[in-house]
Amino acid sequence: MSDDPRLNPDPDADHEIDAHTGHLEVDPVTGYDTTGHDWNGIRELNTPFPKLALWAMILTFVYSVIAWVLLPAWPYGKDFTRGLLGLDQTEMAVESYRALTADRSDWMAKFEAGDFPALQADDTLMLPAMAAADRLFQDNCAACHGADGGGGPGFPVLNDDYWLWGGDPETIAETLHVGINATGDDTRFGQMPAFDWMERGELSALADYVTALPQGNADADSEGGVLFADNCSACHAEGGIGGMENGAPALTDQAVIYGQDRASVLETLRRGRQGVMPAWSDRLTEAEINLLALYVANLSKDDVEGQQ
Amino acid sequence: MTPAGTLSRNERQIAFGLSVALSVLGFGMAAFAGKGVMAVHGAMALILGLFLVFRVGGRLYEGAPGIERHDRYFDGPTRFGVMMTLVWAIFAMGIGVWVSALLYWPEGTPALPWTSFGRLRPVHTTGIIFGFGGNALIATSFYVLQRTARTRLADAISPWFVLIGFNLFCLWAVSGYLMGSTQSKEYAEAEWYADLWLVVVWVVYFTVYIRTLARRHEPHIYVANWYYMAFILVVAMLHIVNNLAIPVRWNGADSFTIWAGVQDAMIQWWYGHNAVAFFLTSGFLGMLYYYLPVRSGRPIWSYRLSILSFWGIVFFYIWVGSHHLHYTALPYWVQTLGMTFSVMLLVPSWASAGNAIATLNGAWHKVRDDATLRFMFVAAVFYGLSTFEGSFLAIRPVNSLSHYTDWTVGHVHSGTLGWVAMIIFGAIYTMVPQLSGRETMAWPRAIEWHFWLAVGGTLVYVVSMWNAGITQGLMWRAYDLNGALSYSFVESVQAMAPYYLIRTIGGGMFLTGAIVCALNCYATFRSAPYMAEPRDVPLRPTPAE
Repeated sequence: MSDDPRLNPDPDADHEIDAHTGHLEVDPVTGYDTTGHDWNGIRELNTPFPKLALWAMILTFVYSVIAWVLLPAWPYGKDFTRGLLGLDQTEMAVESYRALTADRSDWMAKFEAGDFPALQADDTLMLPAMAAADRLFQDNCAACHGADGGGGPGFPVLNDDYWLWGGDPETIAETLHVGINATGDDTRFGQMPAFDWMERGELSALADYVTALPQGNADADSEGGVLFADNCSACHAEGGIGGMENGAPALTDQAVIYGQDRASVLETLRRGRQGVMPAWSDRLTEAEINLLALYVANLSKDDVEGQQ
Repeated sequence: MTPAGTLSRNERQIAFGLSVALSVLGFGMAAFAGKGVMAVHGAMALILGLFLVFRVGGRLYEGAPGIERHDRYFDGPTRFGVMMTLVWAIFAMGIGVWVSALLYWPEGTPALPWTSFGRLRPVHTTGIIFGFGGNALIATSFYVLQRTARTRLADAISPWFVLIGFNLFCLWAVSGYLMGSTQSKEYAEAEWYADLWLVVVWVVYFTVYIRTLARRHEPHIYVANWYYMAFILVVAMLHIVNNLAIPVRWNGADSFTIWAGVQDAMIQWWYGHNAVAFFLTSGFLGMLYYYLPVRSGRPIWSYRLSILSFWGIVFFYIWVGSHHLHYTALPYWVQTLGMTFSVMLLVPSWASAGNAIATLNGAWHKVRDDATLRFMFVAAVFYGLSTFEGSFLAIRPVNSLSHYTDWTVGHVHSGTLGWVAMIIFGAIYTMVPQLSGRETMAWPRAIEWHFWLAVGGTLVYVVSMWNAGITQGLMWRAYDLNGALSYSFVESVQAMAPYYLIRTIGGGMFLTGAIVCALNCYATFRSAPYMAEPRDVPLRPTPAE
């Protein structure tokens, strides 16, 4: 006997007779009888369970049982079945991290010491290393300094000749290590204090002087010039030429990161400035920091060459 | 048809009392909170309550509708639900197109807090899942329940309470996000008092469903009702457990979830995935199992497959949430269980997709000619595709490529656009002429336009996101010969630009189709004769039979 109702048309089987018509209805398209119910015109066919679906289901069950045997799967009490493969995802993650590190250790190790002139001279090393450094820069630095190191309002430009703390690889590496106004004790520290105690007229005169500095027509004997000499030159150097590598910018070169138009200068004078660069020594390895230092120094190649 | 027009005097008095209670609740919330999001939400409830007080109160002593109404189905709430479905569709799909455009033009939004991506995105998801999907589910469930049980809804107040209360929940949720209020649980961002309110609404929903089912004039319960009941019952369980939280103050919106750490993540994805399972699948299968055979005029191909599918889905789905947390702090064994149960879920899911397609045997000429039936056919196909994709993506090594990429977004939208929205539109185009006492929609040709916009939009969207996701996944795992990453993260973002643009176009096409649908429904309802009777088989068999 088959379980296919087409071959076994028994009205007394486990399906019901249609309440309205009193006989079993057979669907002309499929040849199957209906279950005998009618809901708002909807009927259901008594089609047997397709063999294909049954086998597909068994296949998924077999897959699952194999997975349960091989992998960590079922909990019991405070433990769980470990699986025949004995896999542990923490170990696997650490292992694959170690494998990746080992993979690049042959050339990465050379950057750990930070002998920059020797590294820069080695072209076969620098070529692939700078490609890797580019990704490091994009992933860690570009969010503030721009993809090309072009900076942005409040964030220093790295691809020009102007530096606040110095642009040679050693100094850049140091900046990367400790950060600027960062959380560590050895951080670089730089603050432009707020000159909010100054009179309105004094601020205005000072702003006139500072705005005029890049144009080269600033008058040192004006009220603003005198105020500058008394209050600003200790950090920005006499005449605002900077170059003291203390984080205070030169004011004569149109490269001030907060802007040197009158409104920006007044804002800086009234409220002060204290930008932050985080320290990277906890997040990047020694080799990665050195790699980045070389990369950033290269962004302003002219500057590096000028110093040599 | 107004609420009052179909209510007896006694029912109008109860409705009046509930409206007063809602006004008092709203006033209390606003006064108690004083300021902030909760006060605004209290004011919203107060305004809605007062509107209903005047709406019902003005007709409190008008004549009662005739007793013969008990021989008819009670479709006023369904009509309202269909309208709200379309309102939410246009609103939330519009926000969806906006946020997708922001991924291509990040600056293309005013610099206001409420127009930031982080606030708009949950407005899109909540508006679609709850506003669009939820209203469609509730509206169709009342329609299907009455017809398959051959009985009128158990009472006239509860269905209105459920629909109005549910829409108040959606409004609270969405307006809260815009004001920056969220409990930071994906797809459950609404704050604690909105969650409590939804529990009340949901208990009333379940009660009216069960009471109506108990009055049925059919000996057996049709399978669609099983799916709808699973949706109502399990969503209640998921909602309550996931949203357990302790308010910071009773007069403020902020709260802390009681879950912590990896348990919180597991509960969140147990909820999140079963929102897909029981909100976006089970209830919509109920819809499919009613409207597809009705529209095609064909019997369900296999009663047995529909039962296998029901119990398979109910049993297996509840285990699979952990596949959202592969390669995380979640223990490996939980991940294995989530993966294997996802794979075992495939056949029960395909049982319904296959059953729906086989049901169309003998009606393929109708699929060719009738865009409404074609919507439902495409829905079944996309249901099959996205459940296969879901089981596939749940396999751990596959997930290592797809996770955190736009492939996930593509997968979700193949389910929501291709399956959920398509079956809703199929149901609407079947039901709206019926409810309006008409043979067809007001503009039958517009259904054809909508169909091709929807299918085209879905394909453009899903294909672009597949490309985007696989590209991202491959870029993130690529290393060069020196063992360094081949691409920085931002390069993988830049590579997405063309796909994001194409995706926005696809979403725009789908939105255009939804607008056409809403206008068509509006025209159909408008052209219906006053107090139109549904064109239905009679509620009770005529004595002659």
